[in-house]
Amino acid sequence: MTSSQPALRVCGLAKSFTVHAQGGLALPVLRDVSLAVSPGECLALVGPSGAGKSTLLRSLYGNYRADSGSIRVRQDDSWTELVGAEPRTVLDVRHRTMGFVSQFLRVIPRVSAVDIVAEPLRRRGADPAEARRKAEFLLGMLGIPSRLWALPPATFSGGEQQRINIARSLIVDYPVLLLDEPTASLDVANRDGVVELICQRRDAGAAIVGIFHDTDVRDAVATRVHEVIPPASSPPVSPAGVSP
Amino acid sequence: MSSPLLSACRVTKRFGGRTACHDVSFDLWPGEVLGIVGESGSGKTTLLNCLAGRLVPDGGSVAYETRSAGIVDVHHLSEARRRLLARTEWGFVNQDAREGLRMGVSAGANIGERLMAVGARHYGEIRGQAIDWMARVEIDADRIDDRPTTYSGGMRQRLQIARNLVSNPRLVFMDEPTGGLDVSVQARILDLLRGLVEGLHLSAVLVTHDLGVARLLTHRLMVMQGGAVVEQGLTDQVLDDPQHPYTQMLVASILPV
Repeated sequence: MTSSQPALRVCGLAKSFTVHAQGGLALPVLRDVSLAVSPGECLALVGPSGAGKSTLLRSLYGNYRADSGSIRVRQDDSWTELVGAEPRTVLDVRHRTMGFVSQFLRVIPRVSAVDIVAEPLRRRGADPAEARRKAEFLLGMLGIPSRLWALPPATFSGGEQQRINIARSLIVDYPVLLLDEPTASLDVANRDGVVELICQRRDAGAAIVGIFHDTDVRDAVATRVHEVIPPASSPPVSPAGVSP
Repeated sequence: MSSPLLSACRVTKRFGGRTACHDVSFDLWPGEVLGIVGESGSGKTTLLNCLAGRLVPDGGSVAYETRSAGIVDVHHLSEARRRLLARTEWGFVNQDAREGLRMGVSAGANIGERLMAVGARHYGEIRGQAIDWMARVEIDADRIDDRPTTYSGGMRQRLQIARNLVSNPRLVFMDEPTGGLDVSVQARILDLLRGLVEGLHLSAVLVTHDLGVARLLTHRLMVMQGGAVVEQGLTDQVLDDPQHPYTQMLVASILPV
Protein backbone atom coordinates (compact mmCIF):
# COMPACT_ATOMS: atom_id res chain seq x y z
CA MET A 1 0.00 0.00 0.00
CA THR A 2 3.03 2.32 0.15
CA SER A 3 3.44 2.75 -3.60
CA SER A 4 1.24 5.14 -5.53
CA GLN A 5 0.78 2.56 -8.26
CA PRO A 6 -2.89 2.31 -9.25
CA ALA A 7 -4.94 -0.62 -8.00
CA LEU A 8 -7.26 -0.42 -11.00
CA ARG A 9 -6.47 0.85 -14.48
CA VAL A 10 -8.93 1.23 -17.35
CA CYS A 11 -7.85 2.09 -20.90
CA GLY A 12 -9.96 2.73 -23.99
CA LEU A 13 -12.97 0.84 -22.65
CA ALA A 14 -15.95 0.52 -24.99
CA LYS A 15 -19.31 -1.06 -24.29
CA SER A 16 -22.45 -1.24 -26.39
CA PHE A 17 -25.61 -3.29 -26.16
CA THR A 18 -27.10 -5.10 -29.12
CA VAL A 19 -30.84 -5.71 -28.78
CA HIS A 20 -31.72 -8.63 -31.02
CA ALA A 21 -35.45 -8.29 -30.38
CA GLN A 22 -35.16 -4.86 -32.03
CA GLY A 23 -33.54 -6.17 -35.19
CA GLY A 24 -30.03 -6.03 -33.82
CA LEU A 25 -30.32 -2.43 -32.69
CA ALA A 26 -26.94 -1.31 -31.37
CA LEU A 27 -26.84 1.01 -28.38
CA PRO A 28 -23.37 2.39 -27.79
CA VAL A 29 -22.94 3.43 -24.15
CA LEU A 30 -19.27 3.68 -23.28
CA ARG A 31 -16.61 4.85 -25.65
CA ASP A 32 -12.91 5.18 -24.98
CA VAL A 33 -13.17 5.36 -21.18
CA SER A 34 -9.83 5.60 -19.41
CA LEU A 35 -9.21 6.03 -15.70
CA ALA A 36 -6.95 4.88 -12.90
CA VAL A 37 -7.54 4.62 -9.17
CA SER A 38 -4.83 4.26 -6.56
CA PRO A 39 -5.07 2.84 -3.04
CA GLY A 40 -6.63 5.40 -0.70
CA GLU A 41 -8.49 7.15 -3.51
CA CYS A 42 -12.23 7.31 -4.04
CA LEU A 43 -13.24 8.20 -7.57
CA ALA A 44 -16.82 9.42 -7.97
CA LEU A 45 -18.41 8.83 -11.35
CA VAL A 46 -20.54 11.81 -12.32
CA GLY A 47 -22.71 12.60 -15.30
CA PRO A 48 -26.38 12.91 -16.18
CA SER A 49 -28.79 10.04 -15.82
CA GLY A 50 -28.29 7.62 -18.71
CA ALA A 51 -24.68 8.64 -19.25
CA GLY A 52 -23.51 5.11 -18.53
CA LYS A 53 -22.20 5.37 -14.97
CA SER A 54 -23.77 2.10 -13.85
CA THR A 55 -22.77 0.42 -17.10
CA LEU A 56 -19.17 1.47 -16.48
CA LEU A 57 -19.24 0.20 -12.90
CA ARG A 58 -20.78 -3.12 -13.94
CA SER A 59 -18.25 -3.49 -16.74
CA LEU A 60 -15.44 -2.99 -14.23
CA TYR A 61 -16.86 -5.86 -12.16
CA GLY A 62 -17.19 -8.10 -15.22
CA ASN A 63 -20.95 -8.17 -14.80
CA TYR A 64 -21.23 -6.56 -18.23
CA ARG A 65 -18.99 -7.75 -21.01
CA ALA A 66 -16.81 -4.97 -22.43
CA ASP A 67 -16.52 -4.79 -26.24
CA SER A 68 -12.92 -3.66 -26.26
CA GLY A 69 -10.29 -1.89 -24.24
CA SER A 70 -8.63 -2.95 -21.05
CA ILE A 71 -9.56 -3.26 -17.36
CA ARG A 72 -6.61 -4.27 -15.26
CA VAL A 73 -6.61 -5.00 -11.55
CA ARG A 74 -3.53 -5.16 -9.35
CA GLN A 75 -3.37 -8.57 -7.73
CA ASP A 76 -0.40 -10.50 -6.32
CA ASP A 77 1.91 -7.67 -7.42
CA SER A 78 0.98 -8.00 -11.06
CA TRP A 79 -1.78 -6.88 -13.41
CA THR A 80 -4.74 -9.11 -14.15
CA GLU A 81 -6.66 -8.23 -17.33
CA LEU A 82 -10.39 -8.63 -17.01
CA VAL A 83 -11.56 -7.84 -20.55
CA GLY A 84 -11.88 -11.18 -22.30
CA ALA A 85 -10.71 -13.06 -19.19
CA GLU A 86 -11.79 -16.61 -18.38
CA PRO A 87 -14.70 -16.77 -15.90
CA ARG A 88 -12.48 -18.31 -13.25
CA THR A 89 -10.04 -15.40 -13.50
CA VAL A 90 -12.87 -12.92 -12.96
CA LEU A 91 -14.20 -15.05 -10.07
CA ASP A 92 -10.77 -15.13 -8.49
CA VAL A 93 -10.45 -11.34 -8.73
CA ARG A 94 -13.94 -10.95 -7.22
CA HIS A 95 -13.10 -13.42 -4.49
CA ARG A 96 -9.85 -11.85 -3.39
CA THR A 97 -9.58 -8.32 -4.70
CA MET A 98 -12.72 -6.59 -5.90
CA GLY A 99 -16.01 -6.08 -4.07
CA PHE A 100 -19.23 -4.64 -5.46
CA VAL A 101 -22.08 -2.98 -3.61
CA SER A 102 -25.20 -2.82 -5.73
CA GLN A 103 -28.35 -0.93 -4.88
CA PHE A 104 -30.39 -4.03 -4.44
CA LEU A 105 -29.98 -7.12 -2.33
CA ARG A 106 -30.52 -10.39 -4.10
CA VAL A 107 -32.13 -12.33 -1.29
CA ILE A 108 -31.45 -16.01 -0.88
CA PRO A 109 -34.48 -18.01 0.26
CA ARG A 110 -34.33 -19.16 3.88
CA VAL A 111 -30.90 -17.71 4.64
CA SER A 112 -30.76 -15.33 7.62
CA ALA A 113 -29.48 -11.76 7.38
CA VAL A 114 -26.44 -12.52 9.51
CA ASP A 115 -25.50 -15.56 7.40
CA ILE A 116 -25.92 -13.60 4.15
CA VAL A 117 -23.53 -10.98 5.52
CA ALA A 118 -21.04 -13.52 6.89
CA GLU A 119 -20.95 -15.66 3.73
CA PRO A 120 -18.17 -13.88 1.78
CA LEU A 121 -15.89 -14.17 4.79
CA ARG A 122 -16.78 -17.84 5.40
CA ARG A 123 -16.12 -18.57 1.75
CA ARG A 124 -12.61 -17.22 2.22
CA GLY A 125 -12.03 -19.84 4.88
CA ALA A 126 -12.70 -17.71 7.96
CA ASP A 127 -13.86 -19.42 11.13
CA PRO A 128 -17.71 -19.47 10.98
CA ALA A 129 -18.11 -18.11 14.52
CA GLU A 130 -15.63 -15.33 13.82
CA ALA A 131 -17.38 -14.49 10.51
CA ARG A 132 -20.66 -14.33 12.36
CA ARG A 133 -19.28 -12.01 15.01
CA LYS A 134 -17.96 -9.65 12.38
CA ALA A 135 -21.28 -9.78 10.52
CA GLU A 136 -23.14 -8.90 13.74
CA PHE A 137 -20.75 -6.04 14.38
CA LEU A 138 -21.36 -4.60 10.89
CA LEU A 139 -25.12 -5.05 11.12
CA GLY A 140 -25.07 -3.23 14.45
CA MET A 141 -22.92 -0.45 13.05
CA LEU A 142 -25.33 -0.03 10.14
CA GLY A 143 -28.29 0.22 12.50
CA ILE A 144 -30.01 -3.10 11.76
CA PRO A 145 -31.89 -4.06 14.96
CA SER A 146 -30.59 -7.31 16.43
CA ARG A 147 -34.07 -8.88 16.42
CA LEU A 148 -33.82 -8.99 12.60
CA TRP A 149 -30.42 -10.67 12.36
CA ALA A 150 -31.72 -14.23 12.42
CA LEU A 151 -34.47 -13.58 9.85
CA PRO A 152 -34.21 -13.97 6.08
CA PRO A 153 -34.29 -10.42 4.67
CA ALA A 154 -36.92 -11.07 1.98
CA THR A 155 -39.52 -9.10 3.95
CA PHE A 156 -37.20 -6.31 5.17
CA SER A 157 -37.64 -2.73 4.01
CA GLY A 158 -35.65 -1.44 1.01
CA GLY A 159 -33.31 0.51 3.27
CA GLU A 160 -32.68 -2.49 5.53
CA GLN A 161 -31.97 -4.73 2.56
CA GLN A 162 -29.57 -2.19 1.16
CA ARG A 163 -27.65 -1.99 4.43
CA ILE A 164 -27.44 -5.77 4.58
CA ASN A 165 -26.02 -5.67 1.09
CA ILE A 166 -23.45 -3.09 2.16
CA ALA A 167 -22.47 -5.13 5.21
CA ARG A 168 -22.07 -8.23 3.02
CA SER A 169 -19.79 -6.39 0.62
CA LEU A 170 -17.72 -4.66 3.30
CA ILE A 171 -17.17 -7.66 5.57
CA VAL A 172 -14.15 -8.55 3.43
CA ASP A 173 -11.37 -5.94 3.17
CA TYR A 174 -11.33 -5.82 -0.62
CA PRO A 175 -8.43 -3.74 -2.02
CA VAL A 176 -10.78 -2.48 -4.75
CA LEU A 177 -14.40 -1.50 -4.03
CA LEU A 178 -17.11 -0.60 -6.53
CA LEU A 179 -20.14 1.18 -5.07
CA ASP A 180 -23.36 1.73 -7.01
CA GLU A 181 -25.45 4.26 -5.07
CA PRO A 182 -24.70 2.73 -1.67
CA THR A 183 -26.89 5.27 0.16
CA ALA A 184 -29.76 5.53 -2.35
CA SER A 185 -32.67 4.57 -0.09
CA LEU A 186 -31.28 5.40 3.35
CA ASP A 187 -32.35 8.06 5.84
CA VAL A 188 -29.79 10.56 7.14
CA ALA A 189 -28.76 8.62 10.25
CA ASN A 190 -28.18 5.39 8.38
CA ARG A 191 -26.54 7.23 5.51
CA ASP A 192 -23.96 8.66 7.90
CA GLY A 193 -23.10 5.17 9.13
CA VAL A 194 -22.46 4.02 5.57
CA VAL A 195 -20.41 7.12 4.77
CA GLU A 196 -18.27 6.48 7.83
CA LEU A 197 -17.63 2.88 6.78
CA ILE A 198 -16.67 3.93 3.25
CA CYS A 199 -14.28 6.60 4.55
CA GLN A 200 -12.70 4.04 6.88
CA ARG A 201 -12.09 1.72 3.97
CA ARG A 202 -10.69 4.48 1.81
CA ASP A 203 -8.34 5.69 4.53
CA ALA A 204 -7.24 2.10 5.18
CA GLY A 205 -6.03 1.98 1.55
CA ALA A 206 -8.92 0.68 -0.53
CA ALA A 207 -9.21 1.99 -4.09
CA ILE A 208 -12.87 2.95 -4.54
CA VAL A 209 -14.98 3.78 -7.59
CA GLY A 210 -18.53 4.81 -6.88
CA ILE A 211 -21.72 6.46 -8.00
CA PHE A 212 -23.10 8.83 -5.35
CA HIS A 213 -26.07 10.94 -6.39
CA ASP A 214 -26.27 12.60 -2.99
CA THR A 215 -23.79 15.48 -3.20
CA ASP A 216 -23.21 15.51 0.59
CA VAL A 217 -22.21 11.86 0.44
CA ARG A 218 -20.04 12.46 -2.61
CA ASP A 219 -18.26 15.39 -0.93
CA ALA A 220 -17.64 13.28 2.16
CA VAL A 221 -16.17 10.21 0.47
CA ALA A 222 -14.76 11.18 -2.94
CA THR A 223 -11.21 12.35 -3.48
CA ARG A 224 -11.70 12.92 -7.24
CA VAL A 225 -14.48 12.88 -9.80
CA HIS A 226 -14.59 11.30 -13.23
CA GLU A 227 -17.13 12.61 -15.69
CA VAL A 228 -18.92 9.98 -17.73
CA ILE A 229 -19.87 11.44 -21.12
CA PRO A 230 -23.37 10.51 -22.33
CA PRO A 231 -23.26 8.44 -25.54
CA ALA A 232 -25.40 10.94 -27.49
CA SER A 233 -22.84 13.68 -27.04
CA SER A 234 -19.93 11.46 -28.05
CA PRO A 235 -18.94 11.57 -31.70
CA PRO A 236 -21.27 9.36 -33.77
CA VAL A 237 -20.14 5.77 -34.05
CA SER A 238 -21.11 3.47 -36.85
CA PRO A 239 -22.58 0.15 -35.64
CA ALA A 240 -19.70 -1.67 -37.31
CA GLY A 241 -17.26 0.35 -35.24
CA VAL A 242 -18.59 -0.89 -31.91
CA SER A 243 -19.29 -4.53 -32.60
CA PRO A 244 -17.10 -6.83 -30.52
CA MET B 1 -6.16 -24.31 -10.13
CA SER B 2 -3.56 -26.48 -11.82
CA SER B 3 -5.68 -28.51 -14.23
CA PRO B 4 -9.35 -28.97 -15.02
CA LEU B 5 -11.28 -31.65 -13.17
CA LEU B 6 -13.48 -32.43 -16.14
CA SER B 7 -12.76 -31.57 -19.72
CA ALA B 8 -15.22 -32.02 -22.57
CA CYS B 9 -13.87 -31.87 -26.09
CA ARG B 10 -16.21 -31.59 -29.06
CA VAL B 11 -18.82 -33.88 -27.55
CA THR B 12 -21.49 -34.84 -30.09
CA LYS B 13 -24.40 -37.23 -29.70
CA ARG B 14 -26.94 -38.25 -32.33
CA PHE B 15 -30.14 -40.20 -31.93
CA GLY B 16 -30.93 -41.62 -35.35
CA GLY B 17 -30.72 -38.71 -37.76
CA ARG B 18 -31.22 -36.10 -35.06
CA THR B 19 -28.27 -34.41 -33.38
CA ALA B 20 -29.09 -34.07 -29.68
CA CYS B 21 -25.90 -32.34 -28.78
CA HIS B 22 -23.31 -30.94 -31.09
CA ASP B 23 -19.63 -30.13 -30.68
CA VAL B 24 -19.67 -29.12 -27.01
CA SER B 25 -16.34 -28.25 -25.39
CA PHE B 26 -15.57 -26.82 -21.94
CA ASP B 27 -13.32 -27.21 -18.93
CA LEU B 28 -14.66 -27.53 -15.40
CA TRP B 29 -12.21 -26.45 -12.71
CA PRO B 30 -12.13 -27.68 -9.11
CA GLY B 31 -14.74 -25.92 -6.97
CA GLU B 32 -16.70 -24.64 -9.97
CA VAL B 33 -20.41 -25.10 -10.47
CA LEU B 34 -21.36 -25.02 -14.14
CA GLY B 35 -24.98 -24.56 -15.11
CA ILE B 36 -26.40 -25.82 -18.40
CA VAL B 37 -29.59 -23.95 -19.30
CA GLY B 38 -31.93 -24.01 -22.25
CA GLU B 39 -35.46 -25.08 -23.02
CA SER B 40 -36.74 -28.66 -23.15
CA GLY B 41 -35.18 -30.57 -26.03
CA SER B 42 -32.11 -28.34 -26.24
CA GLY B 43 -29.81 -31.26 -25.44
CA LYS B 44 -28.99 -30.42 -21.82
CA THR B 45 -29.71 -33.82 -20.34
CA THR B 46 -28.12 -35.68 -23.24
CA LEU B 47 -24.95 -33.70 -22.70
CA LEU B 48 -25.06 -34.38 -18.95
CA ASN B 49 -25.44 -38.10 -19.57
CA CYS B 50 -22.51 -38.07 -22.00
CA LEU B 51 -20.36 -36.24 -19.43
CA ALA B 52 -21.24 -38.72 -16.70
CA GLY B 53 -20.50 -41.71 -18.94
CA ARG B 54 -24.13 -42.81 -19.04
CA LEU B 55 -24.28 -42.27 -22.78
CA VAL B 56 -21.49 -42.88 -25.25
CA PRO B 57 -21.02 -39.84 -27.51
CA ASP B 58 -20.73 -40.31 -31.29
CA GLY B 59 -17.89 -37.84 -31.39
CA GLY B 60 -15.53 -36.09 -29.03
CA SER B 61 -14.26 -37.12 -25.65
CA VAL B 62 -14.60 -36.44 -21.94
CA ALA B 63 -11.52 -36.45 -19.73
CA TYR B 64 -11.64 -36.61 -15.93
CA GLU B 65 -8.82 -36.07 -13.47
CA THR B 66 -9.12 -38.86 -10.89
CA ARG B 67 -8.01 -38.59 -7.27
CA SER B 68 -5.13 -40.96 -7.64
CA ALA B 69 -4.97 -42.46 -11.14
CA GLY B 70 -4.38 -39.32 -13.20
CA ILE B 71 -6.51 -38.25 -16.14
CA VAL B 72 -8.84 -40.85 -17.63
CA ASP B 73 -11.00 -40.86 -20.74
CA VAL B 74 -14.46 -41.43 -19.28
CA HIS B 75 -15.66 -43.42 -22.29
CA HIS B 76 -12.59 -45.64 -22.55
CA LEU B 77 -12.77 -46.96 -19.02
CA SER B 78 -13.95 -50.50 -18.45
CA GLU B 79 -17.54 -50.69 -17.27
CA ALA B 80 -16.33 -51.82 -13.83
CA ARG B 81 -13.96 -48.87 -13.44
CA ARG B 82 -16.56 -46.42 -14.65
CA ARG B 83 -19.05 -47.74 -12.14
CA LEU B 84 -16.48 -47.49 -9.39
CA LEU B 85 -15.78 -43.91 -10.38
CA ALA B 86 -19.49 -43.14 -10.39
CA ARG B 87 -19.86 -44.56 -6.88
CA THR B 88 -16.74 -43.07 -5.33
CA GLU B 89 -15.69 -39.80 -6.93
CA TRP B 90 -18.96 -38.76 -8.56
CA GLY B 91 -22.54 -38.21 -7.61
CA PHE B 92 -25.58 -38.05 -9.85
CA VAL B 93 -28.76 -36.37 -8.65
CA ASN B 94 -31.71 -37.23 -10.87
CA GLN B 95 -34.74 -35.03 -11.29
CA ASP B 96 -36.92 -37.97 -10.29
CA ALA B 97 -35.58 -39.19 -6.95
CA ARG B 98 -37.08 -42.62 -7.62
CA GLU B 99 -34.46 -43.14 -10.32
CA GLY B 100 -31.62 -42.29 -7.96
CA LEU B 101 -32.86 -44.19 -4.93
CA ARG B 102 -33.60 -47.83 -4.24
CA MET B 103 -37.23 -47.60 -3.33
CA GLY B 104 -37.46 -51.07 -1.81
CA VAL B 105 -34.92 -50.57 0.98
CA SER B 106 -34.81 -48.21 3.97
CA ALA B 107 -33.49 -44.66 3.89
CA GLY B 108 -30.56 -45.75 6.04
CA ALA B 109 -29.70 -48.53 3.59
CA ASN B 110 -29.90 -46.07 0.70
CA ILE B 111 -27.25 -43.93 2.31
CA GLY B 112 -25.21 -46.84 3.66
CA GLU B 113 -25.00 -48.56 0.29
CA ARG B 114 -22.74 -45.84 -1.11
CA LEU B 115 -20.49 -46.12 1.94
CA MET B 116 -20.21 -49.87 1.54
CA ALA B 117 -19.28 -49.33 -2.11
CA VAL B 118 -16.24 -47.39 -0.94
CA GLY B 119 -15.28 -50.09 1.53
CA ALA B 120 -17.09 -49.30 4.78
CA ARG B 121 -17.97 -52.53 6.65
CA HIS B 122 -18.65 -51.53 10.25
CA TYR B 123 -22.44 -51.50 10.72
CA GLY B 124 -22.42 -49.02 13.61
CA GLU B 125 -20.26 -46.55 11.72
CA ILE B 126 -22.34 -46.82 8.58
CA ARG B 127 -25.52 -46.24 10.55
CA GLY B 128 -23.90 -43.37 12.42
CA GLN B 129 -22.94 -41.67 9.18
CA ALA B 130 -26.38 -42.30 7.73
CA ILE B 131 -27.96 -40.60 10.77
CA ASP B 132 -25.51 -37.74 10.46
CA TRP B 133 -26.42 -37.25 6.79
CA MET B 134 -30.15 -37.50 7.50
CA ALA B 135 -29.65 -34.53 9.85
CA ARG B 136 -27.61 -32.62 7.29
CA VAL B 137 -30.41 -32.90 4.75
CA GLU B 138 -32.98 -32.14 7.45
CA ILE B 139 -34.71 -35.50 7.67
CA ASP B 140 -35.75 -36.72 11.11
CA ALA B 141 -33.43 -39.49 12.27
CA ASP B 142 -36.41 -41.59 13.37
CA ARG B 143 -37.34 -42.00 9.69
CA ILE B 144 -34.10 -43.90 9.01
CA ASP B 145 -35.75 -47.32 8.85
CA ASP B 146 -38.60 -46.17 6.62
CA ARG B 147 -38.57 -46.79 2.91
CA PRO B 148 -38.44 -43.77 0.60
CA THR B 149 -41.85 -44.83 -0.75
CA THR B 150 -43.25 -43.36 2.49
CA TYR B 151 -41.41 -40.04 1.96
CA SER B 152 -42.74 -36.86 0.36
CA GLY B 153 -41.20 -35.67 -2.94
CA GLY B 154 -39.03 -33.09 -1.21
CA MET B 155 -37.78 -35.61 1.39
CA ARG B 156 -36.94 -38.11 -1.34
CA GLN B 157 -34.91 -35.50 -3.14
CA ARG B 158 -33.04 -34.66 0.05
CA LEU B 159 -32.44 -38.34 0.68
CA GLN B 160 -31.08 -38.73 -2.84
CA ILE B 161 -28.71 -35.84 -2.19
CA ALA B 162 -27.53 -37.46 1.06
CA ARG B 163 -27.00 -40.79 -0.71
CA ASN B 164 -24.85 -39.07 -3.32
CA LEU B 165 -22.77 -36.94 -0.99
CA VAL B 166 -22.12 -39.41 1.86
CA SER B 167 -19.17 -40.96 0.05
CA ASN B 168 -17.51 -37.56 -0.30
CA PRO B 169 -17.53 -37.20 -4.09
CA ARG B 170 -15.55 -34.50 -5.90
CA LEU B 171 -17.94 -33.98 -8.79
CA VAL B 172 -21.71 -34.08 -8.79
CA PHE B 173 -23.95 -34.13 -11.84
CA MET B 174 -27.43 -32.78 -11.24
CA ASP B 175 -30.37 -33.00 -13.60
CA GLU B 176 -33.10 -30.53 -12.62
CA PRO B 177 -32.68 -31.31 -8.91
CA THR B 178 -35.59 -29.06 -7.97
CA GLY B 179 -37.82 -29.78 -10.98
CA GLY B 180 -41.39 -30.72 -10.19
CA LEU B 181 -41.27 -29.64 -6.54
CA ASP B 182 -43.32 -26.96 -4.78
CA VAL B 183 -41.50 -23.64 -4.53
CA SER B 184 -41.17 -23.82 -0.73
CA VAL B 185 -39.72 -27.33 -1.02
CA GLN B 186 -37.52 -26.11 -3.85
CA ALA B 187 -36.16 -23.23 -1.72
CA ARG B 188 -35.19 -25.69 1.02
CA ILE B 189 -33.32 -27.91 -1.43
CA LEU B 190 -31.59 -24.98 -3.10
CA ASP B 191 -30.45 -23.67 0.26
CA LEU B 192 -29.22 -27.14 1.18
CA LEU B 193 -27.35 -27.64 -2.10
CA ARG B 194 -25.80 -24.20 -1.86
CA GLY B 195 -24.45 -24.91 1.59
CA LEU B 196 -23.19 -28.38 0.70
CA VAL B 197 -21.49 -27.34 -2.54
CA GLU B 198 -19.74 -24.50 -0.75
CA GLY B 199 -18.92 -26.39 2.44
CA LEU B 200 -17.60 -29.51 0.72
CA HIS B 201 -15.84 -27.56 -2.07
CA LEU B 202 -17.66 -29.69 -4.62
CA SER B 203 -17.53 -29.24 -8.35
CA ALA B 204 -20.84 -29.69 -10.11
CA VAL B 205 -22.55 -29.68 -13.46
CA LEU B 206 -26.17 -28.65 -13.04
CA VAL B 207 -28.83 -28.92 -15.71
CA THR B 208 -31.81 -26.66 -15.20
CA HIS B 209 -34.34 -24.73 -17.21
CA ASP B 210 -34.87 -22.37 -14.26
CA LEU B 211 -32.65 -19.31 -14.58
CA GLY B 212 -33.32 -18.40 -10.93
CA VAL B 213 -31.90 -21.75 -9.84
CA ALA B 214 -28.93 -21.19 -12.13
CA ARG B 215 -28.27 -17.75 -10.65
CA LEU B 216 -28.39 -19.07 -7.12
CA LEU B 217 -26.23 -22.15 -7.54
CA THR B 218 -23.83 -21.74 -10.45
CA HIS B 219 -20.66 -19.79 -11.16
CA ARG B 220 -20.73 -20.26 -14.91
CA LEU B 221 -23.44 -20.88 -17.46
CA MET B 222 -23.66 -22.58 -20.82
CA VAL B 223 -26.77 -21.75 -22.82
CA MET B 224 -27.91 -24.51 -25.19
CA GLN B 225 -30.25 -24.25 -28.10
CA GLY B 226 -30.96 -27.03 -30.56
CA GLY B 227 -28.10 -29.15 -29.23
CA ALA B 228 -25.43 -26.46 -29.52
CA VAL B 229 -23.93 -24.11 -26.96
CA VAL B 230 -24.86 -20.63 -28.13
CA GLU B 231 -23.35 -18.66 -25.28
CA GLN B 232 -21.25 -19.25 -22.19
CA GLY B 233 -19.66 -17.17 -19.47
CA LEU B 234 -19.99 -16.03 -15.88
CA THR B 235 -23.50 -16.68 -14.63
CA ASP B 236 -24.29 -13.09 -13.65
CA GLN B 237 -22.79 -11.80 -16.89
CA VAL B 238 -24.79 -14.16 -19.10
CA LEU B 239 -28.01 -13.31 -17.23
CA ASP B 240 -27.45 -9.53 -16.90
CA ASP B 241 -25.75 -8.87 -20.23
CA PRO B 242 -26.87 -11.67 -22.57
CA GLN B 243 -25.32 -11.47 -26.02
CA HIS B 244 -26.98 -14.15 -28.10
CA PRO B 245 -30.54 -13.58 -29.42
CA TYR B 246 -31.72 -16.83 -27.82
CA THR B 247 -30.25 -15.94 -24.40
CA GLN B 248 -31.76 -12.46 -24.62
CA MET B 249 -35.12 -14.06 -25.35
CA LEU B 250 -34.75 -16.52 -22.42
CA VAL B 251 -33.79 -13.79 -19.95
CA ALA B 252 -36.60 -11.52 -21.19
CA SER B 253 -39.08 -14.35 -20.69
CA ILE B 254 -38.66 -14.59 -16.91
CA LEU B 255 -41.80 -13.58 -15.09
CA PRO B 256 -41.15 -10.89 -12.50
CA VAL B 257 -42.42 -11.78 -9.02
